[in-house]
Amino acid sequence: MKLQEYQSKQIFAEHGIAIPKGRVAGTAREAKTAAEELGGRVVIKSQVLVGGRGKAGGIRLVNSADEAEDAAAEILGMQIKGLPVRKVLVDEAADISTEIYLGVTNDRTHRRPVIMASAEGGVDIEEVARTDPEKIFKVHVDPLLGLREYQARYLATGIELPRDQWRDFISIATGLYEAYVDSDASLAEINPLVMTKKGSLLALDGKMVVDDNGLFRHPDLAEMRDIDAEAPAEREARKYGLSYVKLDGNIGCMVNGAGLAMATMDVIHLFGGSPANFLDIGGGAGPDKVEAALKIILSDPRVDTVLLNIFGGITRCDDVARGILAAIDEIERKVPMVTRLVGTNEVEGRKLLSDADMLTASSLAEAAQKAVDVAKEIKVK
Amino acid sequence: MSILIDKNTRLVVQGITGHQGLFHAELMLEYGTKVVAGMTPGKGGEWVLDGKVPVFDTVARAVEATGANTSVIFVPARYAADSILEAADANVPLIVAITEGIPVQDMMLVRAYLDQKNVRLIGPNCPGLLTPGESKVGIIPGHIADAGPIGVVSRSGTLTYEVLYALKLKGLGASTCVGIGGDPVNGTSFIDVLKMFEADPYTEKVVMIGEIGGSDEEKAAEFIADHMTKPVVGFIAGQSAPPGKRMGHAGAIVEGGSGLASDKIEALRGAGVAVADHPEQVADLLA
Repeated sequence: MKLQEYQSKQIFAEHGIAIPKGRVAGTAREAKTAAEELGGRVVIKSQVLVGGRGKAGGIRLVNSADEAEDAAAEILGMQIKGLPVRKVLVDEAADISTEIYLGVTNDRTHRRPVIMASAEGGVDIEEVARTDPEKIFKVHVDPLLGLREYQARYLATGIELPRDQWRDFISIATGLYEAYVDSDASLAEINPLVMTKKGSLLALDGKMVVDDNGLFRHPDLAEMRDIDAEAPAEREARKYGLSYVKLDGNIGCMVNGAGLAMATMDVIHLFGGSPANFLDIGGGAGPDKVEAALKIILSDPRVDTVLLNIFGGITRCDDVARGILAAIDEIERKVPMVTRLVGTNEVEGRKLLSDADMLTASSLAEAAQKAVDVAKEIKVK
Repeated sequence: MSILIDKNTRLVVQGITGHQGLFHAELMLEYGTKVVAGMTPGKGGEWVLDGKVPVFDTVARAVEATGANTSVIFVPARYAADSILEAADANVPLIVAITEGIPVQDMMLVRAYLDQKNVRLIGPNCPGLLTPGESKVGIIPGHIADAGPIGVVSRSGTLTYEVLYALKLKGLGASTCVGIGGDPVNGTSFIDVLKMFEADPYTEKVVMIGEIGGSDEEKAAEFIADHMTKPVVGFIAGQSAPPGKRMGHAGAIVEGGSGLASDKIEALRGAGVAVADHPEQVADLLA
């Protein structure tokens, strides 16, 4: 789960990291009041969960409360990469002398956290990693020991930070690492961390991604989820514990297991078709879950046909069949379906579906081929 | 012959009184696995499965009383890290964590601790292990695989069943099937298992099933090129997955241009691995 900039920075501040004085505003009027309180010269920053806000015109520096109101009115009406801007952060403008990058993330390869710093702040760090990897300094942290002072110092010397800034920098790095651990984050990033003309370090921007699997420990963070930013189908799927990702094709897929769901999409592709979604009903899904899953798939108007691929283990084929029948009864929209049921209770499952008007297949390849053929026929009509 | 588990495996089931734990303990017992103990805090002294399996309060007591040498974990995600550490501290040499949804930071801590101990963790978020005809530790349906000379290692669950079943339909059997799990931080890598299959005299060929995310498949490809004498057949799931989207498994995500299926397939082919276009084709490539 991604957090908004203002939420991330709030967490950083709770861990002793200096952030600009700021207020969150949902209307231009509120932005004006905030700007007045902050002395007029402020930055209006759209709060949306995508990168490239600046380039899209979603970040503006203004010199008065009236200008702030106008800028906020414009930004609050914008869509950035398809996401509507519903809030802006009004931050006191800072006098920037230099910009640094500082971030902590999970390093899968080393199976431990890595903290990274670069003197090239304020730009896309992945771009720096591609073009000038030697400009990024990395230290792996033993999770049992936590970030040690000497490790933060290594980063400070690496990016050639002036010595009188080391103490501040080490305290910020330590705070950022703690914020990452305390929030079960997979990413905590300050980009840029700026040195002001007065010589103090300030986290101008903040980004955090929290591990969904860790949210049970953080009800406060779970509440921060921006439900508006989620597609309705994805929200519905999450409610039922289904894993759903919408894609661009017209063949809806319902599969048990993530690996098999991916493989099913791949086979559809291989035979010249295009999957409409990734959907894993998980292990041991009962009829209710299957019914919800089929409704979600059919809520996508582009879906012309549905491929159901179930390899029963914990999941029982008869449960799946019952869910399908219940859903078909309730949903008005009829599309041709191809079903392939193998494994636990497959005979019972197939029997239940034998009266329903469906194509069946015994192998995954056969099922995918049939679904692709059906989708093509519909397109021709 | 096999790797990791066989007739001598003596299993303790952590979380045996839970819904999943009890259900699968029974299936494992039916399959012929020596399920010698169960463990659930607060349920010590009880017996489950028609009085066949004693339950203990701690793993240490279960090991002491029954000589268990393998543990399988079915406890909910929020308690799972603790369960793995408990099994490690009881010096259980092989720990298999089925649980899905363990926070990554928990797994990084667990892994850092286990690296200091002489124990092996399989998983988490995995279907476990199956040595056909001898022992099953986890949730892989027993009837979909026969005994034979093919070693199978996979990051996935049901996709592995698909491949095992395709092998069976072709008359091919498995020496051992190892599900290493779909999480970004786990206990055992492809390379660890490939080494074991290479050393196992009964395994003649190996099937490796990977998916998008991370770089374990690329590293495995290097290992195969440099150290494997046995033929390897592979499949990589997620060729049609869009970048930046998590495809169900916590570890299955293409990030910043890394973890792509196409890179993994290229690396494996470069190492001499026959990579199947679809899962059922794996069986054809082994023939």
